[in-house]
Amino acid sequence: MSEILNKGRLVLWGGVAFLFLLLPFVFSGGFSLSMLSQMGIMVIFALSYNMLLGQTGLLSFGHAVYFGLGAFVTAHAINFVEAGAFGLPISFMPLVGGMTGLLFSLILGFVTTRRPGTPFAMISLGIAEMVAASALMFTTFFGGEGGIVTNRTAGEVILGISYGPQIQVYYLIAVWCFVSMGLMFAITRTPLGRIANAVRDNPERAQFIGYNPTRVRWIMMSLAGFFAGIAGALATINYEIITAEALGLMASGNVVLMAFIGGIGQFWGPMIGAVLVTLLQSALSNFTQAWLLYFGLLFLLIILFSPGGISNLITIHLPVWRAGAVKRLMPSYGFALLTGAITLIGVVGVIELLYRGFLFGGVHVAFTWIVSGLMISIGGFFLRRAIREVKQIWEDLSPELARWG
Amino acid sequence: MGLGDEMISKALSLVDVRKQFGRTKIINGVNLDIVNGERHALIGPNGAGKSTLFNLISGRFPLSSGSISLHGSEITNKEPQVINRLGLSRSFQITNIFPKLTVFENLRCSVFWALGYRYSFFRRVSALRDARESAEQTLAMIGLEDRREKMAGELTYAEQRALEIGITIASGANVILLDEPTAGMSRSETDAAVALISRVTEGKTLLMVEHDMGVVFNIADRISVLVYGEVVATGTPAEIRMNKKVQEAYLGTQLEGDEE
Repeated sequence: MSEILNKGRLVLWGGVAFLFLLLPFVFSGGFSLSMLSQMGIMVIFALSYNMLLGQTGLLSFGHAVYFGLGAFVTAHAINFVEAGAFGLPISFMPLVGGMTGLLFSLILGFVTTRRPGTPFAMISLGIAEMVAASALMFTTFFGGEGGIVTNRTAGEVILGISYGPQIQVYYLIAVWCFVSMGLMFAITRTPLGRIANAVRDNPERAQFIGYNPTRVRWIMMSLAGFFAGIAGALATINYEIITAEALGLMASGNVVLMAFIGGIGQFWGPMIGAVLVTLLQSALSNFTQAWLLYFGLLFLLIILFSPGGISNLITIHLPVWRAGAVKRLMPSYGFALLTGAITLIGVVGVIELLYRGFLFGGVHVAFTWIVSGLMISIGGFFLRRAIREVKQIWEDLSPELARWG
Repeated sequence: MGLGDEMISKALSLVDVRKQFGRTKIINGVNLDIVNGERHALIGPNGAGKSTLFNLISGRFPLSSGSISLHGSEITNKEPQVINRLGLSRSFQITNIFPKLTVFENLRCSVFWALGYRYSFFRRVSALRDARESAEQTLAMIGLEDRREKMAGELTYAEQRALEIGITIASGANVILLDEPTAGMSRSETDAAVALISRVTEGKTLLMVEHDMGVVFNIADRISVLVYGEVVATGTPAEIRMNKKVQEAYLGTQLEGDEE
């Protein structure tokens, strides 16, 4: 039975590899390519974060520290290579970042993993603030406000790979992303991975089956730091510049949002979060200056209506699909989607009016205000009914689903 | 039996164990020897310190003074995981499982250390045949085969109690401490639990806190009575039944308890 399962898994991973290979052909523009590269980096970073939050139950507000330190050390390493101090192909630079992340998470994790829960969260916040402050103080290493500039084409050209064109950088990121994903997934299937879940669930009982929860957390945090460092190194290679922002609180907060939006309960949840957040950050910011507000709104909606994130939204529908009851949900979902869209357009109208300062004005402004207001009130009214309807159908379905769960 | 043999045959030995929380003395100099292979019940009125004593033995709380040894080696004030690795495993009065792991995973996690897999992140769990078989054996023993892939947190109370015992015995520890394994169970559930306990502690040393006298007299080879943090009597079930001191002390406070 496990062999069949492995075959299915092989197909899945093969599909992912194929997707990574194919994406640049589908989205071939310069903008899309740099966005895809960014997504790859963030997928690694978000997955590494979930090794802490989802798998070990450690809410960290300072994970960007390991990303950032990995990125800075890599930037210096590339500059050394360019100066001829030593030779390491750019393709393997992510290992420098990874080892840096590992080293620092080993040191800092030793102190911070003694207590889980709120103390851990607070200490991680303190360390993030401390490192961010250091970054502005020690300007020789961190380069001050200008950051460290580097050149990804440093070193010899191997097999025609110079990392000049973005497409080559994309494939470098894709390969490292794929390998990191595979490794992080594999770790969940090891004794350590399982014990990390046990420690997350009940650290006290873990002690009474022979495990030291502090040690488990420490090892998991070190491994998470390793992968965060890989992501950081890839960011350095991708942007050829790294500033103190990369290890700041904003960056640490960002990865928390990615994990929560995607969902921390499934391995692949944070990947969705990373892709979606990157998409919003790069694409939405082209359309409106108020994109951060929409981003916040999305986070709020997800925490309110699907605390398990998008991945949980998907997994709860699996039994429905197996039970063949999707058809029964469809009409109410369609209704909710329609009314939701109407409400959303109204909300966007109001936000944009406010953001652009069009409180009063000509006929057009007044007209937009009225239409937006109408859309919110009418759409909202029917949206509430739609949500009630959806809830009712779920309740009706629950005994049926219990059999398919 | 020579003196030397007697030393070796002690699974657990408590010497003048004391515990106080602030000024409140809970355990007042307990001396207790648990013989290798026996089933020993610890009884006593509410608040006598039975659970506290368990917490001291298993390393959950530090002792105020005294010493505890397991198979002749000192375990006083060692950390719970260290004591567990030496072969002592305990269950909890309030169910203490891993709620978001499946039943099977609860049991498999419980055998990793004993099988030497420690903190390994190089081995795939699916390839660890011994861990799987060991967990499946325990699963069969506690009769939860058809709950195998269910989240432990979704089990019924009685099933969770069975899993609690399963986690405790899975690693193959030879000294088992069970803290009120039948608490809150119906008559039929209790009977099933008694059968389960007898089965899974076969050939092992058992120390058990229990309120249900039916269970105690059914399972125990010897009984110790704890009153106000002191062992007032130790003996076979028959001896304990006849003991005047026990009848007075134990039944006396029991009655007081009933009046409340």
